[in-house]
Amino acid sequence: MPDTALEQLKRSGRIVVVGASLAGLRAAETMREKGFAGSLTLIGDEPYEPYDRPPLSKSVLLGRADADRTLLPRRRALDAEWRLGVPADGLDMAARTVRLADGDTVPYDRLLIATGVRARPWPNEAEGELDGVFTLRTRDDGAALARALAAGPRRVLVIGAGFTGSEIASACRERGLEVTVAERGDGPLVGALGGVIGAVAAELQREHGVDLRTGIMVTGLEGDATGRVRAAHLSDGTTLECDVVVVSLGAQRNTEWLTGSGLGAGPRGIACDAGCRAFDIRGIVTDDIYVAGDVARSPHALFGYQFLSLEHWGNAVAQAETAAHNMLSESTERRPHLWVPAFWSSQFGVNIKSVGVPSMGTEIMIAQGSRAERRFTGVYGYQGRVIGAVTFDNSRWLQFYEQQIEATAPFPLPFTTVDRRSDGHKPMPADFPDPSVPTHGPTITLSGYSPADRRITFTPAGH
Amino acid sequence: MNDGILSQILDYANRANPYPLYEELRKTPVFHDGTGPYVISTYHDIQSLLHDPRLSSDSRNLAATAGDPLAEGEGEEAMALPPSFLKLDPPEHDRLRRMTNRPFGPPHSPRRVDSMRGGLKDIVTGLIDNLGDPGRIDLVDQFAYPFPVTMICQLLGVPREDEARFHVWADTLAASLDPDPDADPAERQRATHDSRMELGMYLAGLIEERRKNPGDDMLSQLAVGHGPDESMSTMELLSTAALLLIAGHETTVNLITNGMLTLLRNPDVLRQLREEPALAVPLVEELLRFEPPVQLLPQRTPLVDIEVRGITIPKGSSMWLILASGNRDPARFEDADRFDPHRKDIQHLGLGSGIHSCFGAPLARLEAQLALSELARRLENPRLLEDPPPYRRNAVLRGPRHLRITCDGIRP
Amino acid sequence: MRLVVDLNRCQGYAQCAFLAPDVFAMHGDEGLLYDPQAEAAQRERVAQAAAACPVQAILVDELDLAAAGEAPDA
Repeated sequence: MPDTALEQLKRSGRIVVVGASLAGLRAAETMREKGFAGSLTLIGDEPYEPYDRPPLSKSVLLGRADADRTLLPRRRALDAEWRLGVPADGLDMAARTVRLADGDTVPYDRLLIATGVRARPWPNEAEGELDGVFTLRTRDDGAALARALAAGPRRVLVIGAGFTGSEIASACRERGLEVTVAERGDGPLVGALGGVIGAVAAELQREHGVDLRTGIMVTGLEGDATGRVRAAHLSDGTTLECDVVVVSLGAQRNTEWLTGSGLGAGPRGIACDAGCRAFDIRGIVTDDIYVAGDVARSPHALFGYQFLSLEHWGNAVAQAETAAHNMLSESTERRPHLWVPAFWSSQFGVNIKSVGVPSMGTEIMIAQGSRAERRFTGVYGYQGRVIGAVTFDNSRWLQFYEQQIEATAPFPLPFTTVDRRSDGHKPMPADFPDPSVPTHGPTITLSGYSPADRRITFTPAGH
Repeated sequence: MNDGILSQILDYANRANPYPLYEELRKTPVFHDGTGPYVISTYHDIQSLLHDPRLSSDSRNLAATAGDPLAEGEGEEAMALPPSFLKLDPPEHDRLRRMTNRPFGPPHSPRRVDSMRGGLKDIVTGLIDNLGDPGRIDLVDQFAYPFPVTMICQLLGVPREDEARFHVWADTLAASLDPDPDADPAERQRATHDSRMELGMYLAGLIEERRKNPGDDMLSQLAVGHGPDESMSTMELLSTAALLLIAGHETTVNLITNGMLTLLRNPDVLRQLREEPALAVPLVEELLRFEPPVQLLPQRTPLVDIEVRGITIPKGSSMWLILASGNRDPARFEDADRFDPHRKDIQHLGLGSGIHSCFGAPLARLEAQLALSELARRLENPRLLEDPPPYRRNAVLRGPRHLRITCDGIRP
Repeated sequence: MRLVVDLNRCQGYAQCAFLAPDVFAMHGDEGLLYDPQAEAAQRERVAQAAAACPVQAILVDELDLAAAGEAPDA
């Protein structure tokens, strides 16, 4: 075998993975599976081995699992060096080193960035630090919130009715706790699924005893003398007494540590090509830096080559595997990341799943089942084609609609199906909020066509 | 070139090994001979179609059944009952299946099947203890038939003193699914009709009795129901009970018998299973791939014209999905004709997929795992007395009619 | 033993909840809740659940499985 640079890399190179969660772990395992025998370093800001986050807003809040017992299963032994509890805080692309917060530098031949996202904090820092105010993203968050709910608060306020906020509200009701949900938009889940489905989600919440207040903002949180939250002030002038507040306003991408590095990283994520290679700020693709998971934004052929960032579990796994494969392959052997977006949520006893990009849809039709029974399939259309689908307790049909999306099938659906009800024949407006108005965590973000977030000044050479 | 391949598949002469015919069929993935059904035989096409909402399982959507040799009323239709959920589409299917599931499985009865493990083991132990002369055993009559019927009696709550009568009805019904061509057809029909009537009357009486004095068995809980939207009519309940009886019985017997036959043809695997009973778990999955008890699904029909691999299948056509062929598709499974319980990736079609996937799957799995691991453990040096064994005539529910074996003794 | 279910693949067939009810539970007709770190005593049932999953969505820790081959449950 010729001793190419790639062979040398595989035998004795140094690969560094920044971000020790789902994407980082699966990428590292894939590299070892592909025969990478060099040194492997995983850097994580949390002091824990990679753990699974979805249970934190479900099983953990219901008391069915402990927050410190969601470690991800391993596909294989890793033989890696773990740098846990120390965030990366700088990247020197020329020297090929990652700088850690403790001052160490870690050199690499290939770098994978999978730093993910964090919970968007309450904008007023002092109010956010009151006792009883929580966000939910990490294992520590989950443990703290589960403890607070187990203590039997008189009323919980959830700010933001995206998926996480709705799941938290669901867990509260299942535990018999009084809960108020305050949502800026017209209903829960509207950012991700639109107003038609938002209305179903709203009924679901109210039926289960959630005090759902839409079109409303929380203008301030108030603490008592001991620094515990006691009330929230709402934009309709009312005050709500509550002793637990969960701020569930979506996520922010962990890219600040790359500021000034020259990498195409910003608040919308790190731009990369379809092969997971990061762009620099000039819009030129790098050779040795790859991106995967929630922090990545990459172009997708099925959705007009717009840059897409996905806060989806399955995307993290698939993109990590593709990135790892490409990091250890000659250019002709590389693969594009062409995952069709897919996610799930479980709330109020209903299994909600979605494929494609519903938020691109302008119209929706209920292809199967009935909204009144909370058991249906909704199909989203965009410019005469199927662009997304959602199911409520109807997941066994979803793969069919995924195939329709992949085949860019026509919308409205020209055929009938089993369980098509009379209200399912006509498309209606999907009723997404104005994209310029921020919503709570649409989980899929379309961010245009430019790989680099920052504009650069063109300076002709030699002048 | 494929002329007559469907008749060959149905031809009893090919029952012992239909797999070469399926291989031939896969060369024409959407096979249609002009008058008969559209036959789908590759893994990915079958998988897709089982999740395709344009396909109906309700035979009332068939335009005509003239060309379909398998389209004939049997089972619950002949009992003049409404169609069971197996032959219904949503929302009726979903409603009935959900109600049937309520006393059977999660979320409402999460421990029913798990709690049957001990009882199943006792039935298996009892049947093996009573095999009699180890030199001459018919594994079908002495083991694989009585096991699931006894299990269903326990599940439905048939009183122990009625079990013997129940077994007779079940056997007659089973025989009607698999008619012996040498028997007098009129006589057979009369016997079948009589036992259907008797079984129906018996179950109706049992349902009435359980409505008054419910126990913790499944029939009681189905009879009592759960609120106005979650209760079955007596007729629906009879259809459902008949479905559970026939489906739970006819399929498991084949799974167990096909399993033992396969093990006796692969003595190294039999030995491994004896040494390592936990192997029964992946082994049964591989068995469901390799020799599925339901070979094909003969009752699907498109509600609109659909296109599969560029071929238009007109609305109302009869379609067969050959699960057993998909399971041997080399495009999906490496070395597909090899029986390998250590296979890493066994996502088979043996229990179907989609909304009609086998209702009794968890029970079938436990029954087969227990039966095979116990037979492997207790039979001393078992051998086939004939290979291939005589098969049942039925091409859909395929399995040996008798499995005559001999062994040196029966271990305690 | 650590496990995770790929809930994108999961279609609510509930085989795991039938076979290992102490680890997997249906939440409603289709949703699945599970304990991501099952007790060692559940090993056999979890293995049954993983094998029976019709969409092969259950991943059990390879290192746990390897350890199980060498030593009895601790």
